[in-house]
Amino acid sequence: MLTYIDKIKEISRRLLKESKVDLVVGFRKGTVPMMNEPCFVKTVEDVDHLVWDGNCGINLANYLTNRKEKIGIIAKGCDSRNIVTHIIENKIKRDQLVIIGVPCNGMIDRHKIEAMAESEIKEVSETEDTIQVEGDGFEKTLDRKAMLQQNCVICVHRNPVIYDELAADAVKEQTEVDRYADVRQIEALSPQAKWDFFENLLSTCIRCYACRNACPLCYCPTCFVDESRPQWVGKSQDPIDIRTFHFLRAYHCAGRCTDCGACERACPMGIKVRLFTKKLEKDCLELFDWEAGLTLEKRPPLDTYRPDDPDGFIK
Amino acid sequence: MGIEPGRLQFSWISSAESTKFVDVVNVVTDKIKALGPHENFVKREAKVG
Repeated sequence: MLTYIDKIKEISRRLLKESKVDLVVGFRKGTVPMMNEPCFVKTVEDVDHLVWDGNCGINLANYLTNRKEKIGIIAKGCDSRNIVTHIIENKIKRDQLVIIGVPCNGMIDRHKIEAMAESEIKEVSETEDTIQVEGDGFEKTLDRKAMLQQNCVICVHRNPVIYDELAADAVKEQTEVDRYADVRQIEALSPQAKWDFFENLLSTCIRCYACRNACPLCYCPTCFVDESRPQWVGKSQDPIDIRTFHFLRAYHCAGRCTDCGACERACPMGIKVRLFTKKLEKDCLELFDWEAGLTLEKRPPLDTYRPDDPDGFIK
Repeated sequence: MGIEPGRLQFSWISSAESTKFVDVVNVVTDKIKALGPHENFVKREAKVG
C-alpha cells in the first residue's frame, strides 16, 4: 500500500499537465502524526506534496459537494462508494470527475494507537505489516492488522467500485467477516438496557459536530442542529439534546452510509458513533437488500417504492 | 434506542376514514396510559451546587 504513492503522483501529474482536471483532491502530510490532511493540488509542482499511507482515513468525497471544476480524486473503496452516492444525489456530475482508485488494506485507528502510547506520540511510520510508534522515552512496534479502524476490519468493499484509473492491482476482498455482531448485541437488550447503553455511549460527547463535519453525507446548507427558526433540537449539553442530535443525524444517513468510519475517526472523544449508522445500514441490507454506493444504476431505497416493501409495522 | 415497543405506533389512515382515526387514537392512548409515563425523554433541570 505504501508503494501506491508513486503511481498516484504519476497519474496526478499527467492529469494536471494535460489539463484533464483543474485540481486533484488527495492527502498531504499533517502537522501531527497520524493526521494526514486533505489537500487540493492545483499545479504539477505541488503533486510532490501528495502522500499515501495508513493515515488517509478521511473520506475525500466530502470535498466534492457542489464543486464546478473538473476534479481528479483519489478514492479508496469507501470514498468511491460515497462518490457514487454523491453522483446519485446530484452533488457532482460523473463527467466532472477523474477517479484515481486506490485498493485499500485498511486505515490505522489513531484512537487505538494513542491509547497504547505512554506519552505524546512524536512519530509514526509503517511498513506493510507493522507500525512503528515513537514518542518521548518510548518506542513500540505494533502489528498493523491489530491497529486498523474497526470499520476497516469488517470492510467487504476494499476495492473502489467506480474509477477511471487504478493506482495498484486490486486487493483481495474479505469474505468471512461478521459485519453486525455489535449491532445484534444491542438489539438483544431490553428497552431500558438500550437506553442506559446509549446514555453511557454518549456521556462524553461534547457536541463539537466533528462527526457531522467529517461525514460526506452531511452536506445540507444548514444542518438541523444549526437551525434556530425553527429550532429542532436544543443546543445544550443536556443528555437528551445530545441523544437527539446523534439519532437524528444517523437517520439522515439511512440508506446512504457506506460505513467509511470518517465520523468515528474524527471524534475527539473516541465515541463509537458508527454504532448508530450501522444499525440503519444493517436494516437496509436485511429489509431492502441494499448496500449504499455500489452502483449508479439503482435508486436508493428511500426514494423508491416497491409493492413488496416491508410494512408490518403499520397497524 | 430505548423506547418500549408499545409506545410507538404507525398507522395508515385515509382522510376519509374518520372512524378508523378515532378508533386508532383511542386504542393508542389507552395502550400508552397503561404503560404509564415515559420518563427517559424528559430534560432534567440543571443542578446547582
